[in-house]
Amino acid sequence: MIAELPPGLILIVGALLIPLLRPHLRPYLMLALPVAALVQLLTLPAGLHAQVDILGHSLVFLRIDGLSFVFGLIFLIAAVLNVIYGWHEDDPVQQVSGLVYAGAAVGAVFVGDLVSLFVFWELTAIASVFLIWASRTERAYRAGMRYLLVQIGSGVILLAGVILHYRATGSIAFDRLELTGLPTALILFAFGIKCAFPLLHNWLQDAYPEATVVGTVILSAFTTKLAAYALARSFAGTDMLIWIGAIMAVFPIVYAVIENDLRRVMAYILNNQLGFMVVGVGIGTPLALNGVAALAFCGILYKALLFMCLGAVLFRAGSARASDLGGLWKSMPWTTGFCIVGGASISAVPLFAGFIAKSMVLAAVAEGGHWIVWLVLLAASAGVFHQTGLRIPYAAFFARNPEIRCREAPLNMLAAMGITSLLCIAIGVYPAMLYAVLPYQVDFAVYTASHVVTQLQLLAFAALAFSILLRHRVYPQDVPSINLDSDWIYRRLLPAFVDVYRDGLRMMRFRAIARAQVRLNRFIAAVYRHHGPQGVLARTWPVGSTVLWVAVLLCVTLVFYYIE
Amino acid sequence: MTDDRHKTPWIERKGNLTWIHRGLWIACAGLALADFFYHKHTVFRIEEFPAFYGLLGFIACVGLVFGAREIRKILKRGENYYDR
Repeated sequence: MIAELPPGLILIVGALLIPLLRPHLRPYLMLALPVAALVQLLTLPAGLHAQVDILGHSLVFLRIDGLSFVFGLIFLIAAVLNVIYGWHEDDPVQQVSGLVYAGAAVGAVFVGDLVSLFVFWELTAIASVFLIWASRTERAYRAGMRYLLVQIGSGVILLAGVILHYRATGSIAFDRLELTGLPTALILFAFGIKCAFPLLHNWLQDAYPEATVVGTVILSAFTTKLAAYALARSFAGTDMLIWIGAIMAVFPIVYAVIENDLRRVMAYILNNQLGFMVVGVGIGTPLALNGVAALAFCGILYKALLFMCLGAVLFRAGSARASDLGGLWKSMPWTTGFCIVGGASISAVPLFAGFIAKSMVLAAVAEGGHWIVWLVLLAASAGVFHQTGLRIPYAAFFARNPEIRCREAPLNMLAAMGITSLLCIAIGVYPAMLYAVLPYQVDFAVYTASHVVTQLQLLAFAALAFSILLRHRVYPQDVPSINLDSDWIYRRLLPAFVDVYRDGLRMMRFRAIARAQVRLNRFIAAVYRHHGPQGVLARTWPVGSTVLWVAVLLCVTLVFYYIE
Repeated sequence: MTDDRHKTPWIERKGNLTWIHRGLWIACAGLALADFFYHKHTVFRIEEFPAFYGLLGFIACVGLVFGAREIRKILKRGENYYDR
């Protein structure tokens, strides 16, 4: 049984032991867990393991094949890097939730059935929200709540889809699904929420920048890439995804340009990178899926690196907002260097990680003949370079005003950033290293004159555009502000509707009460008039008048009697 | 003057920024000319246009910034917009 222990489970169970240890011993256990899981993964043979039969269904907790291996591998590498980056952090909440979250994501990658997927899918949501709440501010609490609602919602929709799918086909296998009816549409929708499809995306930009310094780095690796994996597993070759991905690759960059919080800028760029992956899944050829896996692998590294650098800036300078930052290269030279490596990697500069992955997706799109999408992705790559390769380093480290003085990042943060930078460069220089673990046989030459010169041309002209815009002061100023995004719908529009409705109801109630009160008052007044102290019916009559009335009645009776 | 040169780091001297800017122009011109000296592997005909990738990158970035400036006018709110 030990031989078949799922690597994710090592992290989840091990994480629960962390609070029992003395604080100074915890980081060692935290480092040992993902390393042990990594060793376990490398010793497991390909195939299906750890199958459990429940109620006539076979739950598969361990399916090792090309696709799951590469995602599991990078998730565990990311977990190791996160532990090093968070070594200084003595907060059991973050330590436990960070590892349980990573374990849940690794667990989800290796399952072979949709029911187990649902369980791990929800576990990633629940474990990760504590990384946001760990900021311990009112703002983070609210953002975490919104994040949790969206994530749990995604899981519930997934479950609904799985149940309907089971009723329709009798299968719970987590494999290729055809988008033919409601069941699979629901499953795709659930994946789409976690993958931050357009209009379903805003939980990402809303919540990630509110998490702790370490938390944001951890969050950036798992949830969205798990969704990309699930899409690649089940919906490869679904045409609709090509267009969804193309939109995803473009519109977040526009937001990134006008966003002031640099960690939020990165969240938008993360969204854009997912767009490239979704396009690749939509193309669905072996080259495209290799591109998706490579992009997820490299993407986790360089995005983590950039979030690490911005986290270090937030940790030392106290802010990650462009309008507060500048001139940090003197105080934090190492962090500056690592940030530039991250920027070069994400911008697909030759000899850095992004180049060897993005080229594959672009080649697959071109081979498929989708020339509009191809143009869109090229333009988006220029935009990414513009934002992450130029603007983030410029705004944080080189802008003249204000000049921030602070200490360089702690040693453990520098170590994590350094290792990640080395990995980014190593993969860029020796792509064969990564190509060896991709799901399909790689028959792709990345370092051709054509690829390198065209890419350098794209980047150089983009840099020239940045320089010209900056010199002519056309570039949007970094000012403290936020921008409305799709979260406005559920943070302002829907509450406004509820308010209107609630106000309407309240008005109706007030009016009804007021009307009833008027009627009641009238009734009381009438009773008072007749029965009150001066009322006709409440008067005390003298005996004489009674006799008089009796006499009158007698007379009337006599008159009637006489007439008859 | 010489004293000042020692105090101000290289990258912050006004003249050097201009040199970086000029360097970019030269690099772009060089890379554009390079297009004529190698076999460009193309899939679409539009790629054969000289310096196609460079022009696309330039136009995309300028378009992006101008587009974002316009969109910002509609979307920009104060930092405490949602906290009110």
